[in-house]
This record gives sequence, structure tokens and C-alpha cells, in this order.
Amino acid sequence: MNAILQATIEFLRHYWAPLLCGVAIVAILPLAVGYIVLVERKLMADMQARLGPMRVGPHGLLQPIADALKLLIKEDIIPDNADKMIFWLAPVLSVGAGLLSIAGLAIGPAFQIAQDINIGILFVVGISAMGIFGIVLGGWASNSHYSLMGALRSSAQLVSYETAAGMALVSALLFTGTLNIKSIVEVQSNEGIWFVMLAPVAFFTYLVASIAETNRAPFDLPEAESELVAGYMTEFSGFRWSLYFLAEYTNMIVVASVATTLFLGGWLRPFAHVSWLNSLDFLPTLFMVVVAAYCVLRMPKQPTRVQQLFMLAVAGLCFVVALVLLVPVVVPIAHPFYAGIHGGFWFICKVSLYIYFFMWLRFTIPRYRFDQLMRLGWHFLIPLSIINVLLVGVALIAASYLNLHGWGLLLVTTPAAVITLIVALLILSAEKQRDVRHDPNAASDFYAG
Amino acid sequence: MLDKVLFYFFAAIAVASAALMVTRRNVVHGAIFLITALLATAGIFLQLRAEFLFIVQIILYVGGIMVLFVFVIMLVNLDVALQQIQFARKKWVALLVALALAAQVGLMFWSSGKMPGQGLPVLTAAAATSLPPNSETVAHSLFESYLLPFEIASVLLLVAMIGAVVMAKKRT
Repeated sequence: MNAILQATIEFLRHYWAPLLCGVAIVAILPLAVGYIVLVERKLMADMQARLGPMRVGPHGLLQPIADALKLLIKEDIIPDNADKMIFWLAPVLSVGAGLLSIAGLAIGPAFQIAQDINIGILFVVGISAMGIFGIVLGGWASNSHYSLMGALRSSAQLVSYETAAGMALVSALLFTGTLNIKSIVEVQSNEGIWFVMLAPVAFFTYLVASIAETNRAPFDLPEAESELVAGYMTEFSGFRWSLYFLAEYTNMIVVASVATTLFLGGWLRPFAHVSWLNSLDFLPTLFMVVVAAYCVLRMPKQPTRVQQLFMLAVAGLCFVVALVLLVPVVVPIAHPFYAGIHGGFWFICKVSLYIYFFMWLRFTIPRYRFDQLMRLGWHFLIPLSIINVLLVGVALIAASYLNLHGWGLLLVTTPAAVITLIVALLILSAEKQRDVRHDPNAASDFYAG
Repeated sequence: MLDKVLFYFFAAIAVASAALMVTRRNVVHGAIFLITALLATAGIFLQLRAEFLFIVQIILYVGGIMVLFVFVIMLVNLDVALQQIQFARKKWVALLVALALAAQVGLMFWSSGKMPGQGLPVLTAAAATSLPPNSETVAHSLFESYLLPFEIASVLLLVAMIGAVVMAKKRT
């Protein structure tokens, strides 16, 4: 007993800082996810010419908190024939995997829980893939056909698209030669170019595969409500259901962060090493000030006194953030904090853009059929990504012979990308011909199409 | 001290879940305990500062057990399986194999004290700071020292993969 206590104290003495960060993430992330959901609903409303949630708080700003309260006090139902233990475990597993994988991410150069682990990006990808167990186990334990169908679809989808995503990661990692997340961003900083320019095909492949992996529309077959009620979540209610929701959005954040780190330059400012563009450092401050000004402008239009005050409070918060962003640029003493604060801002900015793209796709493209999804994965994305890895490798060897660096790498990687695109077109036309030869009405049954 | 506590923690989980895995009647429960056993082993890898092995263990077995789950769900009729006899009743063969294994392990422990320099290899742990980068080390030994065996294994896997595709393909 004494030994265990001693070990705990020893542990805490070394690791209190990462532990605190971990607690902070667990506390803040559900709130962030709530607001991502609000943004998604607002966006959906905007694209469908509606207003979206408007009742709770000004412009529905307090809606996530109301939703969270509702979900917490909702009745929790466990089906009679369910496997109780697994039913209980499954959502926790999903959320746990998502939260754990965030530990490996570097949100700016200053904020990373698991500092400088050698396997960096593999850790994030591998642990977040564990979340699939939660989905499959939950679907199986519900003892319902809809749930099981959703779970099986989800597993098939993950297994097919994980390959394409992995290959896309490999072709970006060929440029870095390291898996360490900080080093990946530093390589992009040294080269002065983001990998999305050098490996555009890999970025595209990862984008599509990451949408499929997070079960988002247009690939949300596991929870297709017109076919499967709610897929693997059918029998879940209340807090358990919200845990699945939390897991889905956490996974979105994770894949967005991986894409940002590998392809979009991580926490780097756009054109980080072009000195005449250094005035871009004022852009974050300007952005926050504009948001604050908008809030003040809209304040008189709010119907009640409380809502007006709340709007003013939001404006004040934005203004404080603007000040925090401004100080390291202007005051020389605070300059050591510049990298941490602005890095965090740019990182969150890029992640938000990536997630915005997810939402945009969701409201634009109709859902795929299951056989179409499988065909896209196996017949198009996987061959494309394998060829891309080969060509990027060849381009890199050519670059080392020609001694190219930075933007000069484009000389060899652009032809590689063009060749990959030609191959992609060839694959597509071959698919078309196959379609003509085959009977298009023939029933196809991958798992449960 | 912390190292010891962590090791016994992971080792206890691994052993207990391995035992539970073979004794569960429900195949899905068995698969879950298989995951816990493998994850605990991954934890021990991490404790040995073999980060790369840790993550490879997790990534490979996530995919592998995923497929196992699907097979269990699709191929095994659980209601029937629960009624069936769980173990093959070949007591004498099992006893023989168990005795042979136990003798082997016992011999190793017994001989380790007797022969100087030839017993159990006890390696001294390197300091955490002096460790070479993990994934790079694995890559060097795979692609430099053991390139030929690695390629042979790859070709073997490729053959198995193509064989599976050919056998699964519809004959039209």
C-alpha cells in the first residue's frame, strides 16, 4: 500500500503538467464539440435558407449548454436483451480512444501533452482507430438488426478506407523522414512550403478517406437514417447517445488536426518566412476585433435586456482575445510567447477550416449507396494512393539528384502529381467500361448493401 | 518503483484477460478479452521504451480483431454455440503438451544458475535519454541487416493476398 502511494507521488512530481493539460482537454472538449454542433446547425440552416437555433441566448449561442443539460437528464434506456456490460462499455471506449489520441497532437509549438514522442503521428492515427471498437461492440450489444447492420457497415468502411488514408500519410511522411509531430512541422518550416503543395493527390486522398473514417456525410452509411433508423446508435439514448456524438466530433477534430499537421503546415503562419509579409501577424488581432465590433453592432437588435448583455459579454471576450494576440507582436518583452499564442491561433484556424469543409460537403452532396462507397474505396482510392506513393518516391529521388529544396521541389513533384491524375482518369474510364459490360441492375452485396 | 508497479499492473491484466479469453462461453466476450490482453502487452512494450512496437501492436491488432469480430458475428450462431461443448476433450494430449512446456521453462530457470554466462540473458536497461530513435532503428534493421528475409516474407504475404482474391472472385 505504501509502495503504491510512493509511486503515485513520484508519478505526480514528474507528470503534473501533462496531467493538468489532459484534465483541461477532457473538460474543454465537450464544450468545444457543443459549439461545433451549433456552428454545423447554423451552417445547415444558412445553406437551406433558414435561421437555425435562435431561442436560447442571442442567435442561439447558449443552445449547446441547453442541449447538454437535456441529454444529461434524459431517461437512460438499456434494451432487455442487450449485452449489458458491453452496452455500457462501448460508448466509453469510443470517447476514450478519441480523447486519448488528442494527447499526441501539438496545438502550437507550446501545447502538446505527450511531448516529443518518436512515433507521433502513428500514435494519433492508431489510437483514434481504436474508436471503431466502440461502434462495432455497441452495435452488436444492442441486439437489434438495425444496430448490427450499422456496426458491420462501419467496420467494412473503416477497414477499406484506413488503407487509403495510411498510404496518403506515407506519401507525406516521405518528405519529412520522421514521425515526430513537431519535427514534421519544423521540416515544413525549413522548406518554406506546405506539403499540400508537394503532395496534392495525397491530401485529396486523405480528405476523402478521413470523411469516410469519421462516418460523415456523404459517407454516413453506418447511421443512414433513411435505411437504418440511426444505425449503431439506434438503441442508445440520453447520455450514452451523447457520448457517441462526442466521439464522432472528437474524431473529426483529430483527423482535421492530422491533416493540418501533415499537409497544411501545422501551426505555421501562411508564408511564415517571407519577411515583407510579416504584417500578416496583425491579421488574427484584426479578425477578433472585427468579430467583437460585429457583436456590438448587433447588440441593439436583441429582443431582451439579458440577451443584449450577453452579446456585449461575447464582444468583450473577443476583444480580450484580440489583445492577447496583439501583445506578443507589439511588446518586445512578451515576444517569447509569440510562437505559442499565434501558433495555437493558426492551428485552430486551419482545423476549423478543415471541419468547415466537412460540413459544407455534408449539406451539398447526397449520400452514397453502400456498393458505390466500397467501389470508390477499393477500385479508385486505394490504387490511386499506392501509385501516388510510388511516384512521390521517384520524385524525391530525382530531387536528391538535382539537389532541389523548398519551392524547387515543385519541379519534380508536379509532374508526379500530373502522372497520378492521368492514371486516375484511366482508372475511372476503365470503371466506366466495366459498368457498360456488367448489368447495372445486378444486386451487389458487400456486407449489407 | 513506478516501473515495477506499472509492469505488474500490465502483466496482471495480460495474464488475467488471457485466462478469461479461453474460458468465456460467449465468443464476442472472448474477443474483447483478447483485445485487453494484447493492449496490456502493448503497455509492456511501451514500458520497455519500444514505442514503435507498441503502436504497431495496437494498429495491427485493431484491424485484425475487427475482422475477427465481423467473422464471429457473421459466421457463428451464438445461441447454438452457447449450448455446445466448449473444449475438445483430449486430456492426455493436453497434459503432455503442458508438461513439455513446463519442463522447458523449468529447465531454463534451473540451468540459468548452473552455467555461468549461459543462463537467462539479463540485459541492463539503457537510460531513456540515450535511446536511439525507435522507428529509425527498426527501419535500419529491416531494410539493411535483414532485407532478404523481409522481402521473402513480403512476397509470401503478397502470394496469400493474390490467392485470396483469386479464390473469392466470381467465375463468370
